[in-house]
Amino acid sequence: MYSEELEKISWSETTARIYAKTEADVCRALGKERCDVEDFMALISPAALPYIETMARRSRNLTEARFGKTISMFIPLYISNACTNSCVYCGFHVSNPMPRTILTEEEIVKEYKAIKKLAPFENLLLVTGEHPQKAGVDYIARALDLAKPYFSNLKIEVMPLSADEYKELKKHGLNGVVCFQETYNKEHYNLYHPRGMKSKFDWRLNGFDRMGMAEVHSIGMGVLLGLEKEWRTDLVMMAYHLRYLQKHYWRTKYSVNFPRMRPSENGGFQPNVVVSDKELAQVTFAMRIFDHDVDISYSTREAAAFRDNMATLGVTTMSAESKTEPGGYSCYPQALEQFHVSDERTAREVESALRLLGREPVWKDWDAAFDLKVY
Amino acid sequence: MKVWLNNKEVETDSITVSQFLEELLLPRYGIAVALDNKLLPQGQWSETLLYEGMRLVVIKAACGG
Amino acid sequence: MEKLVIAGREFRSRLFLGTGKFSSNDLMKRAINASGTEMVTLAMKRIELDDKDDDMLQHIINPNIQLLPNTSGVRNAEEAIFAAQLSREAFGTNWLKLEIHPDPRYLLPDSTETLKATEQLVKMGFVVLPYCQADPTLCKRLEEAGAATVMPLGAPIGTNKGLQTREFLRIIIEQSGVPVVVDAGIGAPSHAAEAMEMGAAACLVNTAIAVAGNPERMAIAFKQAVEAGRMAYESGLGLQADSLVAEASSPLTSFLND
Repeated sequence: MYSEELEKISWSETTARIYAKTEADVCRALGKERCDVEDFMALISPAALPYIETMARRSRNLTEARFGKTISMFIPLYISNACTNSCVYCGFHVSNPMPRTILTEEEIVKEYKAIKKLAPFENLLLVTGEHPQKAGVDYIARALDLAKPYFSNLKIEVMPLSADEYKELKKHGLNGVVCFQETYNKEHYNLYHPRGMKSKFDWRLNGFDRMGMAEVHSIGMGVLLGLEKEWRTDLVMMAYHLRYLQKHYWRTKYSVNFPRMRPSENGGFQPNVVVSDKELAQVTFAMRIFDHDVDISYSTREAAAFRDNMATLGVTTMSAESKTEPGGYSCYPQALEQFHVSDERTAREVESALRLLGREPVWKDWDAAFDLKVY
Repeated sequence: MKVWLNNKEVETDSITVSQFLEELLLPRYGIAVALDNKLLPQGQWSETLLYEGMRLVVIKAACGG
Repeated sequence: MEKLVIAGREFRSRLFLGTGKFSSNDLMKRAINASGTEMVTLAMKRIELDDKDDDMLQHIINPNIQLLPNTSGVRNAEEAIFAAQLSREAFGTNWLKLEIHPDPRYLLPDSTETLKATEQLVKMGFVVLPYCQADPTLCKRLEEAGAATVMPLGAPIGTNKGLQTREFLRIIIEQSGVPVVVDAGIGAPSHAAEAMEMGAAACLVNTAIAVAGNPERMAIAFKQAVEAGRMAYESGLGLQADSLVAEASSPLTSFLND
């Protein structure tokens, strides 16, 4: 389990190593065909900033060689915001006195139909808060069953589950799981996640092993940029974790996300650090140079112009026209969203923007036709 | 009696496999014995009686990569 | 240099030696000693009564050397398991170089039988080091079956052609959770150094040393090449491309400067 591996990696020493990287280390990394985690440290370090143009070019070339000029499109659907956790940065926080919505089966189907009217989405990400009693594995399984007629690739972003539960959901058509560790800083983790199941660091961390053991086809990872002052260290920890997972669960495909917090205008939790566009771009290029095959996903948290610019430089997956509240596409368009969406363009507008950039938006890139267990 | 050793017929007065191997001046380390294509562990050599037409295979180390 | 650990045993030397094709046992012994190796392979053969051969085993027995008996000569998993049992009995070690090559011309390993035999031998308590094709998927399957290392080939046995399977070796090394030992095809110290620079855990060399004009000195050359390659790998290799400079113009990233 990865919790044992992570124990061996010192947070403070890693941070020191990142800041000790020099331009020579950056050049060495850029000269390599394959980079290791040390190289990744150099590429995301401040020493690499003068090389950002070189990194962008390298990232674009590697991405085009592996993925072609395509962007895979997906859309998230929040089906429940009932949550027993108290993550200090999240709108679904348990003590937030907001009305909770758990979509009924009819409402879920209504949302699916509404999504299909936006654009020919085939990649669906089902999202819930963490409330095993009210919206547990059975509920998620039902939502997957209902989604099958509408979508060909089903992923979930829900609480970490047991390996058996992942296996069970695979029988209902589950193809991928997205889960953000938020931070790999175990000491600080409970400052942000004080109560609820999510406060259990190792349970969340080892969830990725459980997904691997269940042979989930696709695993999505991420750290929440804005929690830890030393956000680069968090990314390096994720890079180590990615390498570990690739080695152990080599049948699985991996994707990474860099969700970035913005300062909140109406009070609430303020990020401990704000990562700039330039830094996020650097991280994106570095990740591509580090791993030629990993999917890099940008959500609508990022602004339209930034997403368009990054679409040709390393990003391979994007969401569009996302609503981050349950029922947001049709049933309850006014409900409270989990986080604010920056790119508010319609899916069709995103599609034409991508085409203008010479990218082909791909709606369907997976078909479970050969997966004997599903149907 | 006659037994088969590595597909060759050998005449012997030995009673047990153990005695037979000594008769052939073979060391105890570095060889293995199979009877009817099954390993005959060293611990059973002294209690395994030879019989007419018994088929033994004895191997030892050889050079190889 | 980092120590190599296989199945809990530490090795200071990352050069493994085969014992075939030497012109005499004495020469073999001298080459082994000169190489500093701590792992030496050997084969098995049926004894012959009129065989007045010098026993090769006494030349390689040494407390610092792990014997690695091979299954050369077997053609399928069933025969390999039989050979493994004989070797464990004869040499008192459960370590085994599993090699199954039904093809007598190129001695190329049979992947299907090798995987099958590995699964069974691991269950029987053997430390299995399978000689295999440079097939990344096969290597992961062998690892999952419990192999202690994987030993993909650089080129067909005895050809001295070097790392013809380079691209696949690179993937195997990147993905493997067990030490990757490059076996077969290594014909010159530079080939061994290249494998080690790529991150191979060790090299197994036989023909190139055994048939050299001076095997003892060639063993030293390989020892040094393996050490140099490993040290280079651990030290982080430098630039291979044209040297890079920070670029003044930024057509791709100018949007970040607004």
